[in-house]
Amino acid sequence: MQDFLDWTVVIGILSSGIRLATPYLYAAIGETFGQRSGVLNLGVDGIMLLAAFSSYFTVLTLGSPWLGLLVAILVGGLMGIAMGFISITLQAEQGISGIGVYLFGLGLSDLLFQKFVGTAKAISGFKEFPIPLLSKIPFFGDIFFSQSVLVYGAYLLIPLAWFILNKTTFGLNIRAVGENPEAADSLGVSVQKTRYLTLTLGGILAGIAGASLSIALLNVFQQNLTNGMGFIAVALVYFGGWRPFYVLLGSLIFSFVNALQVWMQVLGVPIPSDIAVMMPYVLTIVVLIFSAGRVRPPAALTKTYERGS
Amino acid sequence: MAIAKLLPSGHPRIDHMEMRHISKRFPGVIANDRVNFDVRAGEIHALLGENGAGKSTLMRQLYGLYQPDEGEIIFDGQGKTILSPNDAIKLGIGMIHQHFMLVNSLTVAENVALGLKSSKGFLTDLDVVVKRIEELTKLYGLKVDPHAYIWQLSVGEQQRVEIIKALYRGAALLILDEPTAVLTPQEVNEFFAILGQMASEGHALIFISHKLGEVMDFTHRVTVLRDGKNAGETLTKDTSKTELAEMMVGRQLKLVPDKAPVKVGQARLMLKNVSALSDRGLPALKQVSLELRAGEILGLAGVSGNGQLELAEVIAGLRPLSAGQVLIDGQDISRKSPAQIIERGLSYIPEERNRDGMIKDFNIAENLILRENNKAPYAKNGLLNFSVITKTAQTLVQQFTVKTPSVETPIKNLSGGNAQKVILARELSRNPSVLIAAQPTRGVDIGASEYLRDQIVRQREKGTATLLISEDLDEILALSDRIAIIFHGEIMGILAREEASLERIGLMIAGEA
Ligand SMILES: Nc1ncnc2c1ncn2[C@@H]1O[C@H](COP(=O)(O)OP(=O)(O)O)[C@@H](O)[C@H]1O
Ligand SMILES: [Mg+2]
Repeated sequence: MQDFLDWTVVIGILSSGIRLATPYLYAAIGETFGQRSGVLNLGVDGIMLLAAFSSYFTVLTLGSPWLGLLVAILVGGLMGIAMGFISITLQAEQGISGIGVYLFGLGLSDLLFQKFVGTAKAISGFKEFPIPLLSKIPFFGDIFFSQSVLVYGAYLLIPLAWFILNKTTFGLNIRAVGENPEAADSLGVSVQKTRYLTLTLGGILAGIAGASLSIALLNVFQQNLTNGMGFIAVALVYFGGWRPFYVLLGSLIFSFVNALQVWMQVLGVPIPSDIAVMMPYVLTIVVLIFSAGRVRPPAALTKTYERGS
Repeated sequence: MAIAKLLPSGHPRIDHMEMRHISKRFPGVIANDRVNFDVRAGEIHALLGENGAGKSTLMRQLYGLYQPDEGEIIFDGQGKTILSPNDAIKLGIGMIHQHFMLVNSLTVAENVALGLKSSKGFLTDLDVVVKRIEELTKLYGLKVDPHAYIWQLSVGEQQRVEIIKALYRGAALLILDEPTAVLTPQEVNEFFAILGQMASEGHALIFISHKLGEVMDFTHRVTVLRDGKNAGETLTKDTSKTELAEMMVGRQLKLVPDKAPVKVGQARLMLKNVSALSDRGLPALKQVSLELRAGEILGLAGVSGNGQLELAEVIAGLRPLSAGQVLIDGQDISRKSPAQIIERGLSYIPEERNRDGMIKDFNIAENLILRENNKAPYAKNGLLNFSVITKTAQTLVQQFTVKTPSVETPIKNLSGGNAQKVILARELSRNPSVLIAAQPTRGVDIGASEYLRDQIVRQREKGTATLLISEDLDEILALSDRIAIIFHGEIMGILAREEASLERIGLMIAGEA
């Protein structure tokens, strides 16, 4: 028990909490854009998997993590467009199309992995990139400023997303389309275009989320690598009331509890490991119960739009 | 080239807009059949017609939401093609839709800015927008706080936001699609004061409506549409309500149905000292006693919210009484369930017909059997007999002149008047002992209203006791044999038809006599 309170342990928990939040942040912020424009994309996890594999495979064969990231962005963006095609152009029910995209990503990523890789091989992805000077600050330096580029990116994304949503015309269009698409349409804001853009953006961010796992945090790929992280990301969007900074808050709580339970197991704190692993998920459910109805979802969420209907 | 005359907003005016021979077809309907329409700067021009006459369709073509199949649209002598609302906005047209096109979670300024090019590139320029809104509100006397969220505003204020939105985009010609449907009488007056000012400053205004009173009081010229065709065009000062009503329906109207003398029979519905609470738990009915006899219509006059809704619900078994007794044909039904009360012969046309009177996604045939759906001949051993149901429905649809492609059409696709006819058909075809008709013609076309009223009167001749709840005093006077006045949950008095006049009832419903 003495060990548990050690500074290095505290730093370890906090720094891995910060790191673990990365994929959730990318995925949840991407999902936030989609949902604010009225589209629920439940396919995030599938997109993450496919992008995680693609970037992993790129790094495995070509060696460059930056190239891997680019591939993840392309794959994610394409999957976002595919989700858009199904749910916007074909007007399929959003929940079902999302599940379809998820299953597609889950299956295809595994198939490709079995076919082209077979057994898990570790790669060397993005390295930690200590920020000069800042990383030397005692305590904080280790927690915040000795992470990989993709981790920094996730945290920079939060204010950026807030800014886009609240201060740009694109953001205004997104909010209008998600709330009252008919009104937006009557003023010449294209509902379809706006939703395609948010879904593509969401796909790209889900792609980066997947890559952050396979080529930065874990540096490996295996079947169902994400283990439902994409779905947790969707829950975090609800928890955050569709607002970037609250999504950040939710992601951090979730990740710190996760980091805590991992460290507890590592240090041999006597808790059955099944219970420990459940902790963050139980917490998510509890938090969702208490946060439900606190903020109203975008009024047009999950509703397809067709002019004159 | 003549210099265009400018409006207070700084935009050029449209002196004359003409739509010529406009035709527009939808699958199975000709919504507009070679319609002509024109409007000039400085006038409020009413486009009048019953529901489904094609008014909105005509205006949607002017606003670029639909393209005409035939015909031309001419602005100050020049033909124009309007492919989208953006084209329309560029020509100086604004449209305020029947349902407001506002985003509730955004501010007034954000709603106005939506879809406009920002002066700051990809950043919003709300400060600039707010300034301009403030200018416009001053110029046109439209009081609105640009920083308020839409959900914080009253309906009247939201409408002003719609007008500002159009003016901001340079609207010289404004289309208002049934703008007063949602306003209180007070707001209606303010609204027309604004329109009057806009017209005098050179805007061209098109006011779509089926309300004769407002057309007569506030417009300069009227064009009437009927079944997608022109039915007349006249200066408002040269016409009358009756003449316009007849143009709308295409025949002579009998606004007061003929009533054959009927011998009233035994008491069918009795209320003895009935009290009940409102949804908020406050006393809504206080010791109400009424007696309705076979073959009479008792009109219940009052301003809505004085206990009428609660009274109807108490009788129908939908609201518990806190004291008193209700009897139908001598049997106490005060503690009975709605199904048992229906069994005893009650029919009910609820005020909120879209919510309480029908299941919107069910088709007409299904809605017609709702009260009897588990009984022969419609059902046997728990199975529905669709051939009987369809046949009965077809007969009723014909008998009650419901306009519909088939009895399998979902009732939500019918106009208000036709849906109400379906409800009436269901309630009257069981030949009830007691009929409660709550606001039976509210929001219904004149033609259909005339028919509904006539049917209620015919039913009286069959020995039904009818409680007619209405805010429309003309309707109460036209149909009732006796008139009860309700105020704050109490019956203020009961007048025989001969003793009643508009003035007398008017005072009593305000609690002043
Ligand atoms: N988008 C549409 N598709 C099919 N039919 C339509 C459509 N819009 C209107 N109609 C039909 O055209 C006719 C005229 O409708 P509308 O212009 O809305 O009438 P009004 O505004 O006078 O009540 C009605 O029969 C209506 O059912
Ligand atoms: Mg209309």
